[in-house]
Amino acid sequence: MPTKTKSGARLRLNSVSLTEKDYKEIADKHKPKPNIFVNCLKAFLSGGLICLIGQCIQQLFMSYAGMTSKEASSPTVAVLIIISVILTSFGVYDKIAQWAGAGSAVPVTGFANSMCSSALESKAEGLVLGVGANMFKLAGSVIVFGVVAAFVVGLVHVIFGLGGVH
Amino acid sequence: MRLTGSQTWVFESKPAIIGASAVVGPEEGQGPLAGDFDFVYDNLEIDEKTWEKAERKLMEHASALALTHAGISRADLQFFIGGDLMNQIISSTFAARRIGAPYLGVFGACSTSMESLALAALIVDAGGADYALAGTASHNCTVEKQFRYPTEYGAQKPLTAQYTITGSGTAVVSSRAGGPRVTHATIGRIQDLGVKDPFNMGAAMAPAAADTIVAHFRDTGRVPEDYDLIVTGDLASVGHSIVLDLLNRAGVTMSETVLNDCGLMIYDRDKQPFAMAGGSGCGCSAVVTYGHILKKIKKGELNRVLVVATGALLSPLSYQQGESIPCIAHAVALESEEAKA
Repeated sequence: MPTKTKSGARLRLNSVSLTEKDYKEIADKHKPKPNIFVNCLKAFLSGGLICLIGQCIQQLFMSYAGMTSKEASSPTVAVLIIISVILTSFGVYDKIAQWAGAGSAVPVTGFANSMCSSALESKAEGLVLGVGANMFKLAGSVIVFGVVAAFVVGLVHVIFGLGGVH
Repeated sequence: MRLTGSQTWVFESKPAIIGASAVVGPEEGQGPLAGDFDFVYDNLEIDEKTWEKAERKLMEHASALALTHAGISRADLQFFIGGDLMNQIISSTFAARRIGAPYLGVFGACSTSMESLALAALIVDAGGADYALAGTASHNCTVEKQFRYPTEYGAQKPLTAQYTITGSGTAVVSSRAGGPRVTHATIGRIQDLGVKDPFNMGAAMAPAAADTIVAHFRDTGRVPEDYDLIVTGDLASVGHSIVLDLLNRAGVTMSETVLNDCGLMIYDRDKQPFAMAGGSGCGCSAVVTYGHILKKIKKGELNRVLVVATGALLSPLSYQQGESIPCIAHAVALESEEAKA
């Protein structure tokens, strides 16, 4: 029988009585442990591969469109975003992500995937209340904290970074 | 009906499940129980434009099939008891428009299958109806959308995560003979042992399952050996091993061949790795019970079965606010038509 007290619930099964702490120990014992080393390696390889592809695209823009590396960076990002959106729309990106983990979440392709998947998911609720309102559901916090972090870094730079490169 | 012990109903007239059906999506249709389902859709959209309409269609289809199997018309049906995982249980309520019978909507998350079956049996046993329909449905994409991330979002799922099944199971309970009998129902209590991780539902729900199983044996005086199969709803691999551990500690011993879990039965996790720890969702225990288990009882391969459907009663809001997950389990005892008391 459950009894919710200040010290937490108890599970009573016949003569056995378990506190939340006891139960946590039991539950943790049965929880499969992720292989962190393998996950890190997969993330390193897949994230690295995405960056390598980006580098190749940038090189193509520089070699064939006569751009400087700075000019080529924006179209490179745009191409990566397009590729990510296409893969998301065909239902492939989430399958890659299950293998790649952080490797496909951290690069710009992960950001594009979060927006595209939210937009697809809310299509049924219409353009305004659905797609428009929900597109930034996941990406919104990246932007908010990105801007806040940039502001803090800017402050640090102004106070301590005098003489630094602007 | 009479109450025995603290929380178990004994249905003295033993209402029969005279017709049942399980309708599933393509992924369940490739699983080990494929042959037992009454209809398998070959597309996840279930030929509809939105996921919500797809879920409703599964329920409408399963209800229509169950009535056909029971040999009764829509006009004969006296009550419909249903529920699902959507906000405001829209799938069953909207399906009830087409079913037309007087309707009671219930919510027990994934325990809804046995909650609705217990209530339908209660109504029939009390003489309140000759035909009552119990049913539930879930769709992978509606549930992921509401409780987790967008379907196509690339987040790596942990090993404890479960996969919501796409399917609907319904059953017609009747005072007329002609099918497996519903003999007991043990209504569960909420158990909350402080698990907060919505990606580890098995660990959250296992205490509720263990509590209801222990209560069922205490109330009825039965022992595990009285059942050919005791099956939990959707604990999947993690919750299944925890519940075995808890029951062992409580002195309720059973070999693994007797205790199984619908979430483990519905997919072949080696060939269908997307299922991670196993299946979950309202439809999980419903399609396994109404598709697979009832057929085995009818064939005489199983005589007596206890289905313990488990539900995690969280909302997206509650876990974002850091609340732990209250869980529940309802058990219903089924037996073959010829079984001796």
